[in-house]
Amino acid sequence: MGIYLSGSLFIGLLFYFLRNPISQILLAGSFILLQSTLAVYEYLHPGFTQLVYFTPDALAILFLVVISIVCIPSFYHSFVYFSKHPYKPREQGMYFAAMVVLTASLSAAYLSNHIGLTWVFVELTTLSASALIYHRRNKLTLEGTWKYIFICSISITLVFIGVLFVTVAVQQQGIHDLFYKDLSLHAGSLNVFWLKLAFLFIFTGFTAKAGLVPMYTAGIDAKDNAPYPAAALLASVLMNVGFIGIFRFYEITSHTAIFRWTNNIVLISALLSVFVAAVYMLRVKNIKRMMAYSGVEHMGIVMLGLAAGGIGYYAAILHLVLHSFAKPALFFQFGQIYRTYGSKSVYDVGNYFKYNMTGALVLLIAFFVITAMPPSGMFVSEFLVFRSLFESGNLWVLIIVLILLTTIIWAFGKNVFKMLFIKPIDFNDTKVEPVPFSESISQFLLLALVVYLGLTPPDELVILIREAIGTLPH
Amino acid sequence: MINILLITFTITLIYIGMANRLLTYIRLIAFQGFLLFGVAFIELIEINMINLIFVLLETIVIKAMAIPFFLKYILDRNNITREAEPFVSNFVSVVIITGIILGSFFLSGLVQENQVGNMYFTVALSALFTGLYIIITRRKIITHVMGYMVLENGVFVLSLAVGSKMPMVVNTGILLDIFVSVILLGIFADKIGDVFDEQDVGQLRNLKD
Repeated sequence: MGIYLSGSLFIGLLFYFLRNPISQILLAGSFILLQSTLAVYEYLHPGFTQLVYFTPDALAILFLVVISIVCIPSFYHSFVYFSKHPYKPREQGMYFAAMVVLTASLSAAYLSNHIGLTWVFVELTTLSASALIYHRRNKLTLEGTWKYIFICSISITLVFIGVLFVTVAVQQQGIHDLFYKDLSLHAGSLNVFWLKLAFLFIFTGFTAKAGLVPMYTAGIDAKDNAPYPAAALLASVLMNVGFIGIFRFYEITSHTAIFRWTNNIVLISALLSVFVAAVYMLRVKNIKRMMAYSGVEHMGIVMLGLAAGGIGYYAAILHLVLHSFAKPALFFQFGQIYRTYGSKSVYDVGNYFKYNMTGALVLLIAFFVITAMPPSGMFVSEFLVFRSLFESGNLWVLIIVLILLTTIIWAFGKNVFKMLFIKPIDFNDTKVEPVPFSESISQFLLLALVVYLGLTPPDELVILIREAIGTLPH
Repeated sequence: MINILLITFTITLIYIGMANRLLTYIRLIAFQGFLLFGVAFIELIEINMINLIFVLLETIVIKAMAIPFFLKYILDRNNITREAEPFVSNFVSVVIITGIILGSFFLSGLVQENQVGNMYFTVALSALFTGLYIIITRRKIITHVMGYMVLENGVFVLSLAVGSKMPMVVNTGILLDIFVSVILLGIFADKIGDVFDEQDVGQLRNLKD
């Protein structure tokens, strides 16, 4: 772990100073190697505490493997992006350095076993993500970055206040450490009032990262303005860090008297998230923002699974994992769309099959996967979430969610099929350069992974998920 | 003594409500930094040396000096007009901030078996909400950073009250993060000043659906 942290810091620095293309490719390769080594190492040593503050539990290992897989195509597409849109070497170096720091701080936040240290690394993700969002350096990205840093700073302050309230509750019991382990051990004896207050603050604060109501807006602007390989990271693994922040504290409250109350809070937020996503999906015309709102919808579904309990816990984690593979595929595909049409608007894009056959196939399959049509793995997890809602007696919630989801699928489908089949207006197709097939391979692989993991989950995955939710009451 | 310092801190909050010039805001934030140093010094003197040095660094060097100087620098560099230009009149602001302080009193009175100390809790809550109020009602981007600083100060008071026994690593991380985020906010405020020639939130309305 120590090697990993110092190594990634070192690579980040080198990225900033060594700017010729070959050394950058070498650096990216070595970082990916480092990242996967860490993932493998932690997988082989579950529960082994390193540097006092890092313990790989099942959930952390799961997300660590996910980020290690997702960052590979992300780096690859970054190089593709820079080969098509040349930037100054300094800006390019900055971009890669921020990418490395983002990935490293995300991994560290997953592994952290101390509530304060999680805070530190989540804040670090804000800082490094803002460098990625500001990459294009124009008015819109400036606005997006400003809003992102500001909202994230405020929400992270809210989380900090929540942590302070936890401290108050904990000190009444004479405990002085804020390790998750100690907290859940003594959870039953903590003062309910402070715990409620703490949960409210921590939950609200982390929604900025997780992309839920109330703080989801920052994430939407961020994903819209970041270059697409970075947006793919922001839309998948960064949302997982928000989830892990919420989940760890949720686990603690699950042993207390306020568990029903927290479930209600989570349920309300989840329902509102799906609702907001449905409303915006109907009217949004910017493709990237549309994908970002689809992320809000999926986080809402995940939280519904969490609130419903039972099989819902399993489904929630599975859904998160699958979503983190499916969403990047969409964002990588968006890069090719943008290169072909030079626009983010649905109105300017059309007849995509004619210009880029493989890309259009990716888009079509990704649409089926992300809206959870049956061959997709997400169908399984979504179905399980619905089952848990039904079993826990939230029939009305289920009905409302199903109606909202139908709306979302209709809106999403309307836009995607317009992009695929209907002729664009005033589009000059003489200058379109064909996109090589090789650039779509990573998307196909990611989507295939979603189908595979959902339909025939390997035993390792099932065991990890079962362990991750092991402490929750069934 | 602590009570006097905390009450002075609360008075600066009301003063921020009626201050007209941005420079006054900066001075008040610096002054708050010194006040917090006093509180922290009295509160922590018995605990240990390292913690004390750390808090000294945080309050005096960063809160009272580095950040105000930095804000002043941005102010000068961007030729920002001296007025704060709030959306509401100063009179209303003072009334509302007073209301916030009163409300915090009632709130902390409601809390049973509060071992945080009512005084601390009240002051922290009022600073928190005043910070948010300033962010909402002021027009300039730079005042948003200042509002964020007031909010941060409130959190600092709260953390003193809790007497948080965070480990050193975590403390340092928190300090660094806050410092960097304020610097980043400042840098971007600066950039916005360059690009939009006017530092007004009204300029930031292009991203929408």
